[in-house]
Amino acid sequence: MSSLWPELERVLGEVQKPARYIGCEDGMTVPDHHPGAVAWLLLYPDTYEIGLPNQGLQILYEILNERPDAVAERSYAPWTDLAEVLRREGLPLFSVDTHRAARDFDVLAFNLSAELVYTNVLECLDLAGIPIRTAHRTDDDPLVLVGGHCAYNPEPVADFVDAAVLGDGEEVVGEITEMLAAWKTEGGGTRVDLHRRLATITGVYVPSLYEVTFGDGRLHGVRASSEAVEVVEKRTVADLADWPYPKQQLVPLTEVVHDRLNVEVFRGCTRGCRFCQAGMITRPVRERPAAQVRTMVAEGLKRTGYDEVALTSLSTADFSGIEQVVAETVADDACGQVSVSLPSLRVDAFTVGIAAEIQKARRTGLTFAPEAGSWRMRQVINKLIREEDLYAAVESAYSQGWRRVKLYFLTGLPTETDQDTLGILEMARRCVEVGRQHLRNPSVTVSVGGFVPKPFTPFQWFGQNTEAELRRKVGVLRDELKRDTKGYRGVQLKWHDPRATAIEGLLSRGDRRVGAVVEDVWRSGGVFQEWSEHFSLELWTAALERHGLTLEEMVYRHRTEDEAFAWDHLSAGLHRDFLWQDWRDALEAVGLEDCRWTPCYDCGACTGYGIEHVVASATPPAGGSQGTGQDLANGGEVPVLLTARPEQRQPVPAGGG
Amino acid sequence: MMRIRIRFHKKGKIRFTSHRDVARIWERAFRRAGIAVAYSQGFSPRQKLSFGLALSTGHESEAEFLDVELVDDRYRGQKTWEADGDVSPATEVLESLNAVLPVGMDVVAVAPIEKGDSLQQAVVACTWSMDVDDIGRADAEAWVADVLSRAEIVVERERKGKPVIEDLRPHVHALGVTGTTETGVRLTADLGTQPRALRPTELLAAVDPPLVARSVCRMNQWTSQGTDREEPLMAPVAPAPLAKVPA
Repeated sequence: MSSLWPELERVLGEVQKPARYIGCEDGMTVPDHHPGAVAWLLLYPDTYEIGLPNQGLQILYEILNERPDAVAERSYAPWTDLAEVLRREGLPLFSVDTHRAARDFDVLAFNLSAELVYTNVLECLDLAGIPIRTAHRTDDDPLVLVGGHCAYNPEPVADFVDAAVLGDGEEVVGEITEMLAAWKTEGGGTRVDLHRRLATITGVYVPSLYEVTFGDGRLHGVRASSEAVEVVEKRTVADLADWPYPKQQLVPLTEVVHDRLNVEVFRGCTRGCRFCQAGMITRPVRERPAAQVRTMVAEGLKRTGYDEVALTSLSTADFSGIEQVVAETVADDACGQVSVSLPSLRVDAFTVGIAAEIQKARRTGLTFAPEAGSWRMRQVINKLIREEDLYAAVESAYSQGWRRVKLYFLTGLPTETDQDTLGILEMARRCVEVGRQHLRNPSVTVSVGGFVPKPFTPFQWFGQNTEAELRRKVGVLRDELKRDTKGYRGVQLKWHDPRATAIEGLLSRGDRRVGAVVEDVWRSGGVFQEWSEHFSLELWTAALERHGLTLEEMVYRHRTEDEAFAWDHLSAGLHRDFLWQDWRDALEAVGLEDCRWTPCYDCGACTGYGIEHVVASATPPAGGSQGTGQDLANGGEVPVLLTARPEQRQPVPAGGG
Repeated sequence: MMRIRIRFHKKGKIRFTSHRDVARIWERAFRRAGIAVAYSQGFSPRQKLSFGLALSTGHESEAEFLDVELVDDRYRGQKTWEADGDVSPATEVLESLNAVLPVGMDVVAVAPIEKGDSLQQAVVACTWSMDVDDIGRADAEAWVADVLSRAEIVVERERKGKPVIEDLRPHVHALGVTGTTETGVRLTADLGTQPRALRPTELLAAVDPPLVARSVCRMNQWTSQGTDREEPLMAPVAPAPLAKVPA
C-alpha cells in the first residue's frame, strides 16, 4: 500500500519527459486511503500530455474526492520507454498522485475518448499486474470500468472490462461508489455476484451478462441474461448548474495540450450534423447559466494563473449566453491580460466578431470547420453552412489581424463525388483570395480527415470508404494542387492517415469478435496506435486474418435497415427509426433545422428521459442558429415556446423540448 | 522600472521538470501572486523574466536565480519598493510567491538589483554535490586523486551534429569526497561554466571507471573565483561546504 516513489525516482532519470509521472499539479488531491473509502484510479489510456486536460476525468476526480466514502487518483499510459523500464525493474503501473500501485485500487476506470487507444488499455492492465481478460480475473482483482464516448459501443473491449458506463458520469460514479462501499462492508463475494449488482445501476452495462450470437459470419444479436436489463440506457444530468466542475482544474507543471483554463458552457448539441456522434449522444442541450460561467472563469483564472480561458462545448458560439459572458470577461480588469478562445468556432462573421472582441492579442490563426466542399454535400451531412458565411467569416478574420486560417474537412462522406472533394480546394482558394485584400501572403491550411461512421448516428448504416478509396481522394486533391501551383498559392494541404482511419472504423462499429483482434495487436507490440510513429496497419490486418475477419465485411460494407448492430442493446435515447429517417433524408440531401428553436423532431433524447433543453437565455444568440435557414434576427425572440431556466429548482416536467 | 533578483530551490519530485517547465511555472506564479511584472510589447506579450544557467532535468538545486523586471517601482498593487510597513517588500514578495509555488520550489531570497550582466554571463562556476552509490570512500578518494592528477581530460562530443574534441580538465576547479551516504559517497565539485558549463554527470562519465550519480544538487553559483568569491544573491542561511581539495 506504500508509495512506489523511492523506486520510481531511481529510474525516472532514464526516460523522456519524466515530469509526466510526478504529479504535483496545482489542484491535485492527496487522498486519505481509509478502509471505508472506495478507491478509484481514473486512467486516461494515452500520454499525460493528452490525458491531463481531459475535463471528464477531472470532473470525476473532484466529485469522487469530495465524497467521504471515496478517494480518487489518476494515471496515464506510460510512454514505451517507461513501460520497458517498469517491466525490467518489476515495478507496476502507478498513480501519479501518491505513486500507489494500480492494483491497490478497488476500481480502475478508463476514459475512452478515441478508438485507437484500446490496445493501451490492455497495456495499462498488464503493467498493473491485472489479467487483461475479465474471465481470468479473481475476486481480489480490481474492477475494470470504461466510460466516455467510445463506451457507447464497448463491444470491441467487452472481453476486457467488467462494465461500461454510458453517458454523463457525475451521478453514476456516486451510485457505483455506494454499491461498492456496501459490498466491501458486507465482506464482498464472488466477481459474478458483483457483476450482477453492478448491472442494477442504470447506465451500467456488464458485458458478461449478455450473450452475443453470430451466424454466417455476421452478428445475429445480443441477448440479455435474466440478471440484466434488455436495453441499457445512458445517464444524463438534467442541469449543468448543479455541477460546477471542475472547481479546482489541475494545472500541470509540464506542457500539455489545451494548456489553459477550460470552462464547459454547455453539453449536448442540437445542430444535427449527421456525421457527429458527440452531437447525437449528448442530447439534449444543457447550457450553464451565464452567471455561473462568469464565476467559473473569474475564479479559475485567479486560482490557476492561466492567461487563457477556453469556453468549451460542441459549438460555443451557439451558447445563448455568449455575448453576456464575453462582454463581462473582457470588462473585468481583475482578469488581467487574458485571452479567451472558442475552440469550436461557428462559421460566420458574427462569431469572428466575438473572437475579435475577446482575443485582443495573439491573433495568429483561426479555425473553421465547413466539413464538406459543396452545398449539396453539406446538405447531406446537415452542416448547413453557405459559402457566403465562410467567406464573410474569413474576410472578418483577415481584416481584423488574423494571419492564418485553418479549414477542417471530411472526405469519404456518403454520396460524395470527386466534384464534391475538389470543392474543398476551390473554397480554400477563394479564402486565400479574400485574404489577399488584407495581407500579402495569407495562408489557408486545409486539413482533411477520412470519415468514420459512428454508432448512434444516421450514418451508422453507411459503408466506410476503403483505405484505397480515401487514399485516392487525397491523391485527387494533391494532383489538383500540383496542376495549378500558382492558382493555389497560399493553400496548404494536410491529411489524416487513411490506414488509421480504416482501423478507427473497425473499432468504432466492431462487434465482440474484434476483441480478439485488439488483444492480438497488443500482444504483437501494438501500443500507442493513435501515434503515427507507432501505428502499424500490418499488425491489424495480420490479426484480422488470424481471426477470420475482414475490413470489407466489418467496415466497408453498407448495412441494411434491420441489420443487427453490436450496440442494439445500448441506448443513447435516440429512436432507431428517427436515425433511419435522418439517413434517408441525408441521401436525398434534405437538411434539418436546429431543434432548440423549432418544434421537436422526436429523436427521443428528451422525451425518453423526461428531460429537456436547458438554455441560459430564451433569446438565441445574434445570428440565430446560423445555417439552418431559420430567420432569427439579432436579439429577436424565438418563435417557439422555450422553457428558460426556472428561478428555483423544481422537478423537470416530462415531455418538453 | 526596477529589477529584482530571486534565489530559489528546486528539490524533490519537481526536479524532474525541465528548464522550460520551470519558466512556465514562474509565469503563472507571478500572475497568481499578483506581482506587477512588466510585459514585452507586440502580438504575444510575455513577462520580462530572465533565467540563469539551465539546470539539467532531474538535478536538484539550492542555487537557482531569476531576474524579474517590474512595471515600475511598484511590486504589487500600489505598493512601492520604498514603502515603509511592518513587512519588507522583499519578504512580502518571497512569501506571496512561496504560497503559490509547487512543493519543492521555494524562494529563499529576494533583492532589488542594478541592471548589469545577465546571470548566464556573470556566473563563472558552480558548486555541485553528487551522491554516488556502490563505491567505498577509499576508491572514491583514489578516483578523485586520479582526476586531479591529470593534465588533461580529453573527450569527444557532438556539437550541432559534428564531433568536437574538448579538454574538460580546466573546468574542474575543485573536487573532493565530502562525505559518505548509506549506499556510497558524496562528492563535491566546483565546475567552470565559461564559455560552456561543464555538467557534473559529464565529468563523472569522462574518467575511468565512469561513475553514475544517484542524485545531483547544485549548491552554489559563483560570479567570481577565489577566497572572497560571491554569488548572484546569497541565501540567508550558510551555503554548502566548499570542496576540500583545491585544483
